[in-house]
Amino acid sequence: MSKPLLQLSDVTKSFGGIKALSGLSCEVRQGQIVGVIGPNGAGKTTLFNVITGAYRANSGHVYLDQQPITHWRPYRIARAGAVRTFQNIRLFSSMTVWEHLLVAQPGQGSLWRRALPTNWADGAAIARAEEILEFFGLEDVRHQSARSLSYGTQRKLEMARAITASPRMLLLDEPVAGMNHGEAEDIRPLMLRLRDGGLTILLIEHDMSFVMNLCDYLYVLDFGVLIAKGLPGEIQADPIVMDAYLGKEA
Amino acid sequence: MLLQQLVNGVTLGAVYTLLALSFSIVMGILGILNLAIAELFMIGGYLGFAVITANLPLPVAVAAGMAGAAAISAIIEKIGYEPLRDAPLVTPMLSTLGFSIILQNIATNVWGSDPLQLPDEFLGGRITFGSVSIGELQLIVIGVTTALVAMMAYIVQRTSMGRALRAVAENRDVARLLGVSGSRITLTAFMMSGALAGAAGVLIAIHYAAITPYVGVEIGLKAIAVMVIGGTSRIWGALLAGPLIGIAEVLTVAYGGSQIRDFVVYGFMIVILLFRPQGLLGGRGTDQGQRV
Amino acid sequence: MSTYTASLLADVGILTLGALSVYIILATGQLSLGNAGFMAIGAYLTSYLTVIAGVPLTSALLIAAILSGMIGVVIGFPALRLKGIFLAMATLGFGEMVRSLFLNLDITGGAGGFHGMAHVSVTYVWIWVGLILLLVWLMESSRVWLEMRAVADDETAANLIGLNTTMTKIGAFGMSAAVAAVSGGLFAHHHVYIEPGNFGFERSIDFVLAVILGGSTIGAGSLVGAALLVLLPEQLRALDDWRPAAFGALLILVLLIRRQGILDRTLLRRIIPHKQTA
Repeated sequence: MSKPLLQLSDVTKSFGGIKALSGLSCEVRQGQIVGVIGPNGAGKTTLFNVITGAYRANSGHVYLDQQPITHWRPYRIARAGAVRTFQNIRLFSSMTVWEHLLVAQPGQGSLWRRALPTNWADGAAIARAEEILEFFGLEDVRHQSARSLSYGTQRKLEMARAITASPRMLLLDEPVAGMNHGEAEDIRPLMLRLRDGGLTILLIEHDMSFVMNLCDYLYVLDFGVLIAKGLPGEIQADPIVMDAYLGKEA
Repeated sequence: MLLQQLVNGVTLGAVYTLLALSFSIVMGILGILNLAIAELFMIGGYLGFAVITANLPLPVAVAAGMAGAAAISAIIEKIGYEPLRDAPLVTPMLSTLGFSIILQNIATNVWGSDPLQLPDEFLGGRITFGSVSIGELQLIVIGVTTALVAMMAYIVQRTSMGRALRAVAENRDVARLLGVSGSRITLTAFMMSGALAGAAGVLIAIHYAAITPYVGVEIGLKAIAVMVIGGTSRIWGALLAGPLIGIAEVLTVAYGGSQIRDFVVYGFMIVILLFRPQGLLGGRGTDQGQRV
Repeated sequence: MSTYTASLLADVGILTLGALSVYIILATGQLSLGNAGFMAIGAYLTSYLTVIAGVPLTSALLIAAILSGMIGVVIGFPALRLKGIFLAMATLGFGEMVRSLFLNLDITGGAGGFHGMAHVSVTYVWIWVGLILLLVWLMESSRVWLEMRAVADDETAANLIGLNTTMTKIGAFGMSAAVAAVSGGLFAHHHVYIEPGNFGFERSIDFVLAVILGGSTIGAGSLVGAALLVLLPEQLRALDDWRPAAFGALLILVLLIRRQGILDRTLLRRIIPHKQTA
């Protein structure tokens, strides 16, 4: 029984009087694709923000591979292996696709390699960027500025950039939001291949069909509280979950 | 002697208060530092000076300074701010810098780089209270400042214009949804701030009985420090910090020498920026200025 | 080459370095309105070392650059807490404070200024300019530069993908301070007389003008801007009285219609015959 890669223990996050997350405990095992679902405002993005250090939990603990990262600064958590994408895409507006694949690569220790022209000094980074470029099928737009890409391609680039940071766990915040069915279907095999290559994935998503056919395990949030967890099949049939979603529509 | 210095400090401080308010208006409502204000201050001074030497009464001088500066400010808003409204904040700020350079150059060419002195007979008498004397002119400076600040406070707190200004300061998009025209408010903000700067210019010319093209850089920029120290978007902040810094400056010059005066003023500003960014009167909370 | 022309070219070089110092900080999305302060530190430090301590110029420049860089790093830490306009204000204050400091430092002449430096040739100035331009050019193709641009584009996102933006911003401050110091040291030894008034707000503005006008997205833009600011007025003598206004107007024009400044990568690629894109 392997130890979980990510573990949250009784995490609470409040803003003023509002409890965005309440006593949340969950875990993600190595090699899993775990989904976090729930109605709007349930606290899913807050969860990501707490895990990645953008917010500091008011109480409780977050562990990455048994290491307590609750109070770590964001860049340190990313370096430790938890990298995220964003619900509203946050690419670097002045950079090309290729530049995105170089900037996030690890190797913070070797200042010389990073301070000299990459073409001469950092063959390893270039090779890696090429690999990831091909993996995501972005060769054609290699020199295009991120701003000029189509929406679906931008989402792919965000994921690609996160991968270049060599994460052990990828946190995807609505990776297929706003995509049409075809584009979403493009993403699915990519994620499966990443998982097969050893990557653990935690994702937030609204698109139920996408989530059901992809995730090994699901957590359901509502009003910052964990209301259900289990296999996709179980969750689909769970009346509490149904209530939470339908209750919102009523 | 100390008391005399305090009086001088308060007079200088009155000018700082007006200028700090001027910076504050644009900062609070638009979030940018309008570097042209320092030169609008200077130009206002020259306009007032011209009116005074034409033997027209003081109120006309003040009005001329205010009107002229407000008009130029409107031009700056139309050419240098409106088109750049959506650019990162640093860009319109640099644009106002461009205007300040132009304004100063115009002044040196039109009026020369040497200081212009007010005629002696203008200087008026002094009123003495025991060991302290205060010039009639200084009283005028303080009086006009008080009146203008009171007017500002009234406009901002009590009129619909003021409400609109505060609305835009809070949230421009929401304000627009509620029917408040962002661009008209911006123009108003620029013109109001210009008017205050122009008035301050006339007052400083009166206070020193002279005007130079460099008064903007020498005194105007320090008003930025006053604004920060008092609290970027607070009228009371400017009212308190103005005399405070004026007195501090005068005392520094009297007891420490004029050379370290700038060091003290800007040093104070940096300390506030680092340890209490909301300013002395800024209340609790995050750095950027809140309501007007 | 006449002395006059040589002097002009030296000034172009010195301004180029000053502009580069602002360019480096601008690359991380921060604006400094007080780099003349670091120029002053470099000028006075270098001069003190050569005149009073008898240190050879090149070593003096290096020492001044390193010390200034360290001061820049120290300044960088509190600067982290300030964003955008507030940082600009703080740097403005810093520049004024440094100038005021030197007004009072009798050991370097105070208001009377400092002199006694040996004159250096325009060639020497340009060796330094060339070296630093080269260093910047190399850095622009490096990952460190990408990290700096990432901080400028979206600091939060940069943090969340693992970039230590604190280190990046502080490093930029340090580098900027070092380059400005070299500019100051060369200024001091070319004009052989310095006084605090040389390093006021107007000087900081000159640096900013040169970068914004010449090109704020590429190092060579600083050279273009410096050349523009120093040489153009020579060509348009009639404008002499209106020189500042002309540049003010140019600044506004550039911000309105070509925000990146005169020189950018696209233009450079068109001028220089077909560079390889990796």
